[in-house]
Amino acid sequence: MNEKLYPVTVEVNGKPRSTQVPARLSLVDWLREELRLTGTHVGCEHGICGACSIMLDGEPVRSCLMFAVQADGHKITTVEGLGGTDGKLSVLQDSFCEAHGLQCGYCTPGMLIASQALLNTTPDPSEAQIRDAIGGNLCRCTGYRQIVDAVKLAATRLAAQKK
Amino acid sequence: MKSAAFEYARASSVAEVCDWLRDGDDDIKLIAGGQSLVPMMAMRLTRPARLIDINEIDALKFVAVEKDAVRTGACTRQCVIANDNSLAKAVPLIRQALEWVGHVQTRNRGTIGGSLAHADPAAELPLVAQILNAQLVLRSFAGTRTVAANDFFEGPLATATRADECLEEIRWPVWNETRTGSAFTEVSRRHGDFALVAAAAQVSLDAGGKCTRASFGLAGGGYIPMTFPKLAARLLGTILDDEVVQSVVNDAAAEFDPGGDLHANAEYRRQLAAVLATRMLRAACEDARKRR
Repeated sequence: MNEKLYPVTVEVNGKPRSTQVPARLSLVDWLREELRLTGTHVGCEHGICGACSIMLDGEPVRSCLMFAVQADGHKITTVEGLGGTDGKLSVLQDSFCEAHGLQCGYCTPGMLIASQALLNTTPDPSEAQIRDAIGGNLCRCTGYRQIVDAVKLAATRLAAQKK
Repeated sequence: MKSAAFEYARASSVAEVCDWLRDGDDDIKLIAGGQSLVPMMAMRLTRPARLIDINEIDALKFVAVEKDAVRTGACTRQCVIANDNSLAKAVPLIRQALEWVGHVQTRNRGTIGGSLAHADPAAELPLVAQILNAQLVLRSFAGTRTVAANDFFEGPLATATRADECLEEIRWPVWNETRTGSAFTEVSRRHGDFALVAAAAQVSLDAGGKCTRASFGLAGGGYIPMTFPKLAARLLGTILDDEVVQSVVNDAAAEFDPGGDLHANAEYRRQLAAVLATRMLRAACEDARKRR
């Protein structure tokens, strides 16, 4: 099929990535299939489940509800960009392991992005704030309790680091 | 769940958008936050031939609080609107409604104008626009015209916007009466989801507690979000006692034609409408009493 291609340059996890994309290619498909950043998951593909959440210019958004061409000139952080460049887990990621904040792992990238966005602006969140922040992310393993615990643990650990 | 093919153009100004729309081509669609349009394209409920992206037009992103109205640029993100304290002080009902709109991730991208232009009958912001009778500024290559919200919504996903027009600005009337209160609520299956029924009200009281101004509305399931100016007029001069509120709300619920679907039948929705509208009129009245 001969679809018109559009040039796109996006900073992904600190690195500029340039490519040509058909207009209808969703941002999440571009991240996964062309950049092979498969940490971001595709769930419902219509903005309900939150598994595809990424940060666009520092704010969490759904990458299934944007076309890759729209990201031209913007900065993206995916779940791969949360940890250190040496492959070390971030405090939040490690807290998810510690508190059993994941079971099947499908919702995890979205949960991590949503929680990290919360901690960036609210270092000491209440349980209600945590639940509100992950309210747009579905976990079908019913593991919300442990996810909330994991975010609380991360907040405590981050506060201790700062002292 | 992939969109059909389309051509894409990123507009850098409103004039450029109007130029694209000049021929009134129905196959051209504007994309703002895309939180409703992109799912519809993914499900192939709509398949525009060309998408004009208005996300990078800075002139469409602003909040200006003036004495009689708050002006918002159509492409201002819902999160920006929700976090604006001076806007919330002038027109509290907008922030009260946004607490029910989607989630962090969708409000970061979704825009105030997009919600109105999309005109989902169960959405929150169109209901607020109806209750306050917000003024919508539409621009085409020929110039601008202003349409009142009460004339803007024509049906589910249908508005008075012509194919050659772009929603540019929304003016939200400020009620300058000192004792003005408002309230918004809804019932949905999950928080952040579309409302089965949403209800909201705004009232002003005089020093003696008598109602001098009132507006209320209902949304969810019907054709458009509804407001009831004739019924609200019956509240004027009263102290919003239970008897008058009940009688007005019962008449509103009877006019409200919610229809039924697999999420909730019409009878349940009408019952909810009466309960929620009563609560919101009372809550708005309580809110107004607190202000001096």
